[in-house]
Amino acid sequence: MHRHLISAADLTRDDAVLILDTAEEMARVAARPIKKLPTLRGRTIVNLFFEDSTRTRISFEAAEKRLSADVINFTAKGSSVSKGESLKDTAQTLEAMGVDAVVIRHGASGAPYRLANSGWIDAAVINAGDGTHQHPTQALLDAFTLRRRLTGRDTGLGQDLSGKRVTVVGDVLHSRVARSNVDLLHTLGAEVTLVAPPTLLPIGVESWPCAVSYDLDSTLPKSDAVMMLRVQRERMNAAFFPTEREYARRYGLDGDRMARLPGHAIVMHPGPMVRGMEITAEVADSDRCTAVEQVANGVSIRMAVLYLLLGGNEPAVTHARPSVSHHQPADERSAHTPFTAEEK
Amino acid sequence: MSKILIRGARVLGGEPQDVLIDGETVAEVGTGLSAEGAEVVEAGGKVLLPGLVDLHTHLREPGREDSETVLTGTRAAASGGYTAVFAMANTFPVADTAGVVEQVWRLGREHGYCDVQPIGAVTVGLEGRNLAELGAMHESAAGVTVFSDDGKCVDDAVIMRRALEYVKAFGGVVAQHAQEPRLTEGAQMNEGVVSAELGLGGWPAVAEESVIARDVLLAEHVGSRVHICHLSTAGSVEIVRWAKSRGIRVTAEVTPHHLLLTDELVRTYNPVYKVNPPLRTERDVMALREALADGTIDIVATDHAPHPHEDKDCEWAAAAMGMVGLETALSVVQETMVDTGLLDWAGVADRMSFRPAQIGQATGHGRPVSAGEPANLTLVDTAYRGQVDPAGFASRSRNTPYQGRELPGRVTHTWLRGKGTLVDGKLT
Ligand SMILES: [Zn+2]
Repeated sequence: MHRHLISAADLTRDDAVLILDTAEEMARVAARPIKKLPTLRGRTIVNLFFEDSTRTRISFEAAEKRLSADVINFTAKGSSVSKGESLKDTAQTLEAMGVDAVVIRHGASGAPYRLANSGWIDAAVINAGDGTHQHPTQALLDAFTLRRRLTGRDTGLGQDLSGKRVTVVGDVLHSRVARSNVDLLHTLGAEVTLVAPPTLLPIGVESWPCAVSYDLDSTLPKSDAVMMLRVQRERMNAAFFPTEREYARRYGLDGDRMARLPGHAIVMHPGPMVRGMEITAEVADSDRCTAVEQVANGVSIRMAVLYLLLGGNEPAVTHARPSVSHHQPADERSAHTPFTAEEK
Repeated sequence: MSKILIRGARVLGGEPQDVLIDGETVAEVGTGLSAEGAEVVEAGGKVLLPGLVDLHTHLREPGREDSETVLTGTRAAASGGYTAVFAMANTFPVADTAGVVEQVWRLGREHGYCDVQPIGAVTVGLEGRNLAELGAMHESAAGVTVFSDDGKCVDDAVIMRRALEYVKAFGGVVAQHAQEPRLTEGAQMNEGVVSAELGLGGWPAVAEESVIARDVLLAEHVGSRVHICHLSTAGSVEIVRWAKSRGIRVTAEVTPHHLLLTDELVRTYNPVYKVNPPLRTERDVMALREALADGTIDIVATDHAPHPHEDKDCEWAAAAMGMVGLETALSVVQETMVDTGLLDWAGVADRMSFRPAQIGQATGHGRPVSAGEPANLTLVDTAYRGQVDPAGFASRSRNTPYQGRELPGRVTHTWLRGKGTLVDGKLT
């Protein structure tokens, strides 16, 4: 594991499997009457949200609290972020406060990378979504959901997603979720197919480690999972597609389309779902749709990431971490602190 | 009058010769020269070039004196071997009247580190709607000959046509910043594999190429002269090459950074690489080098764009676009063009002095190094190699992409009309 989690592309297969396995352990905590571990007691984690996302923030907050960390929520929305100075200023304030980790959500692609690599701050940085770049914990929770559903809760331990076929449908161009998932699912051995109108696919997508199709119907029978992306209605005005109706007809997931999927296949959605255009109520409410599960799994995944990045049960000494570079080869990385019996 | 004897200089990279400066002019070029009471500069095989001319500099004064002033900018120019710079019009206020261009021109004269030739805006306030008083700027003391809305594209085809036609009356040239605005809305870097991966808004090559294609056709139609600023794509090169083969009077420039850097560097999200037009691909870089070598691209221009530290010390999206370039231009050209065998030093003199002076009609600059010519000269230690250290820059800004990079060549002396502006690497 790196010191920071900026991009799903930074994770090796072993990193990712370790996170998924750790998340299974964390999920057991959620099933207990007292949903708390003492693991990060005395550690301070800041949720630094420059962009509104109640769902993601609450998910991280729940994860942090279940690990007994001290949590500070900082919402920069509405403050004077005009020249971008506030990211640096805020970082330096947090540095002065001796923060151990920063969970950052930012509208600008690369802002978490800058925060982690500019020398403004020494804390671990976890990307909770940046612009149209990355959302690695979303990809991890999707992979976790896939592994649980397609391989099994306990049988999945230690496993990757080799041979699983995942179809990602919708606005790939503007989707950090799609980027993160292509990277991570490929690392985990899955075969990914992106389906979208050509206007919503990025230039150079041919070089991504995935297949690309403009046709949803022919892709569905070969899918173990279909991941629907959010399509923002304002894209219509920018001429990415002609009308909402035409989009729904060609790329929406309804009951008829769902029937083309193999019997075991699941339907995923990062939420919040816009029913009608991209997914019908019939599909959204079916037991094949994992949207609600994904939310629960998000907490387990974020617990696992925080646990692994912050070194688990080590003494809570700020700034004691070695300053490890972001692109360090896997063999040079430090070993993880295993769970202790007490914690489990 | 003071005399300076430059001994053993390789004029335009040729065999060592002596050059005698007497007052403001070159008195003699030959071997074994001596002169009573002359100050002697031992060149020891350094390369002597005509003073460099930059057709594309942002001096920021008036309005953004925190980034650069005419004084600091011309000192940076002298450090880089330049004796004349053309100052872009996107100041505050915009240089769209005789008053503003005269102010810039006077400041240049007063400071004396290099000649400053103001560029006038094509349209009022760079807004692309109404033509600025091009004639009045030409007739002013500044004698403006180059007009540009640089920073913005003159995207209205009718306005561009009228500007091209109008400046014919006094032999002016319109320098176009080719950037189709709708195709580059929200653009933050070159559109391609890297932008898609990084999630940064893409700036397609065709946004530049389509405007160049239109403008060369307009220039042909009205029989005028157009200059294309900072070409950055292989496709742009092809269009200019085609236009020249057709006899269209188009000239073009490339910046040093587009000859060296690619969009792969943006993976660092370091805003020092954020520039307009954006850094492109390796293929584009190679095409630009070739085009500069074969003359399709006429000149190197720095697009020196100083910004204060805080405008770059932030996340990519919030950062200002631009790089400083005056003090590293020659080194980058040596690295990319001379040391690669694409261009010799006579070629460098052509692309960085003779031709830019011609395009901008900077009389007295871009002249041969021979007796009777103005003593605008630059002495370059081409054997030098060292790391770029922006702490030593004369520019008020430090936004260079080359910090810590090893580059060849160092300007040791610059003379403006016989007066040393840079002597032994130090500004006077
Ligand atoms: Zn420009």
